[in-house]
Amino acid sequence: MSKTTGTLWLGQFDTIRTKFDLLRKVRWGRLSVISIPSLWLAIFFFIPFLVVFKISLAEPAIAVPPYTDLFIWDADNAIAEIKLKFGNYLYLWEDSFYLDAYLSSVKIAAISTFFTLLIGFPMAYYIAGKKSSTRTILLTLVILPFWTSFLLRVYAWMGFLKKNGIVNEFLQAIGLIDQPIQMLQTDFAVYIGIVYTYLPFMILPLYTTLEKLDGSLIEAAKDLGATPVKAFFLVTLPMCMPGIFSGCLLVFIPAVGEFVIPALLGASDTLMIGRVLWDEFFQNRDWPMASAVATVMLVILVVPIMFLRTGKNEEKQ
Amino acid sequence: MTQESKIPLWKQDGAKPFIQIKNITKKFGEFTAVDNVSLDIFENELFCLLGGSGSGKSTLLRMLAGFETPTSGQIIIDGVDMANIDPWDRPINMMFQSYALFPHMSVFKNIAFGLKRDKVAKKEITQRVNEMLKMMQIEEFADRKPAQLSGGQRQRVALARALIKRPKLLLLDEPLGALDKKLREETQFELVNIQDKLGVTFVVVTHDQEEAMTLATRIGVMGNGVITQVDEPRDVYEYPRSRFVAEFVGSINIFEGRVFEDQADFVKIDSKEAGSKLFVNHSINCAPNQKVAVAIRPEKIRVSRKKPDTEYNCLYGKIIDIAYMGNLSIFRVKLESGKIVRVTLPNLVRENQNPLTWDDMIYLSWDNDSSVVLIS
Repeated sequence: MSKTTGTLWLGQFDTIRTKFDLLRKVRWGRLSVISIPSLWLAIFFFIPFLVVFKISLAEPAIAVPPYTDLFIWDADNAIAEIKLKFGNYLYLWEDSFYLDAYLSSVKIAAISTFFTLLIGFPMAYYIAGKKSSTRTILLTLVILPFWTSFLLRVYAWMGFLKKNGIVNEFLQAIGLIDQPIQMLQTDFAVYIGIVYTYLPFMILPLYTTLEKLDGSLIEAAKDLGATPVKAFFLVTLPMCMPGIFSGCLLVFIPAVGEFVIPALLGASDTLMIGRVLWDEFFQNRDWPMASAVATVMLVILVVPIMFLRTGKNEEKQ
Repeated sequence: MTQESKIPLWKQDGAKPFIQIKNITKKFGEFTAVDNVSLDIFENELFCLLGGSGSGKSTLLRMLAGFETPTSGQIIIDGVDMANIDPWDRPINMMFQSYALFPHMSVFKNIAFGLKRDKVAKKEITQRVNEMLKMMQIEEFADRKPAQLSGGQRQRVALARALIKRPKLLLLDEPLGALDKKLREETQFELVNIQDKLGVTFVVVTHDQEEAMTLATRIGVMGNGVITQVDEPRDVYEYPRSRFVAEFVGSINIFEGRVFEDQADFVKIDSKEAGSKLFVNHSINCAPNQKVAVAIRPEKIRVSRKKPDTEYNCLYGKIIDIAYMGNLSIFRVKLESGKIVRVTLPNLVRENQNPLTWDDMIYLSWDNDSSVVLIS
């Protein structure tokens, strides 16, 4: 028996030693590098999300802030009460208005992303093909609109698209139309606004991948009998998938939650989740409902992307 | 095989060249990369274009492949003018220096790429690719991506991909450049075997003269956009026709001098640099008293402590450097004129009782038929 315990003791000693070694092996440099972005994410993303999630489980109240506490401490009876209301989520599901708003947002964002890609790819391709001094100028031009306020640029589009705006005047002047076309306050205007605003977010990641693309790969494809069109679809495009993927994410995600563009350029019935959120917060002052909408939006957007990402990484390995 | 066919095509009169490069010039703006090059390459040849960087060898290769358009001149392959034929329609394939394997495709798909473009039936593709994988001994890697292969394996995939369409002509851009020395030597011989087996005409571009020597049936030495000499490897080495070729291929000692006797079958040259009269037993076309250079390879020089019994080709100097290379030793000998001569001697015995060492005074000599006179 004593022999067994002896071994056991030795075994324990070993594990303690391993733990000690592990502690010494922790790479502090690595940890400190990772900790800054992690802390950033925790403070500015995860904690606010928890706050929003907490609010979504409360009830609206006429108070400051306008919702009830989840945690109530009854000092007289020494009872702690936690009240979680899931009704908001249930309501989200039951009232088709919210579902419609989600679907409509996703649709608008998806179509806009598609057109952004369609316009952005040739632009990125063109820029990447130029010599480096020209590239710098062209890239500066792509980024230049950011120097002006986003709101101002959307207002400028209102000037373009309104009934007596530049586009209508021009079309009438060249005799293509007799009556001005209703462009402002339509979905069309929303698409234009989103595509215009988010185009640089598409061009930049695409440019980065295209610029790194090894030209000899295209030559090899041609050498093996692929016409330039075939070479593009069989080599260039597949090689650009990482860039296309990040570009589309960078456009799609903010476009789903877009509020300003549909509000200014869209029709009153252009349904987007950003507007619904705004209305819940500021029109109805129903903070818990608005928080529930925000939470669901985040889950709907983030979860599939996370799956896509891990799937891609596994494929790479 | 008949006796006749053993004579290489390029030595037969009236043999039809497979590739005719006629007065090809390529300019990039003001810069002339290839300057009025004419060259005939014959069927089944393994032709090496040897040159340093910027010599125009790669540009010439890219013009054959169709990636560059000649500024002027004509390229005819198998009787067809290539001027208006796009790269994807040429009966030529190329193995790229970087291999240019498609990273998003498996080894199998990389090799099958060319056949698929030709709309070959699926069954035949599978069969031909499998045969090729077997020949290149890379069967077990068929499903891997290029990133999962070693340099040598990638090189094989690239070669397989370039050969799968059975091209009339295979262009190879520094085919062994990315391999380490040991692997390079093995692959050199393998490449020659494959070429022999398939009977494809190879045009290889390389900067490595050793590679060119082992691979080639003939070597074209290129410099500054011009081909300065086209000959079989042995002739390029033993009979360089210009200073450029002599210095580029292998190492060589060059002595400046003046011709003082010029006969039908020999020349005598007085060289202050060598400190001796030099005798070369071949004739040259030159004016009396013309300035020429005599070139002698380091391994053709004899070394002795006693003065050899000869009037010509006898130099005297001090050993200033010795490098032991294992199979041979390199000596650097300083002559009275200050000229440094490079001599290599094979290490015939393990322990030399009376070895040559630093500061020894020695005589250098060589046979009359060992050196060449270079005019240009």
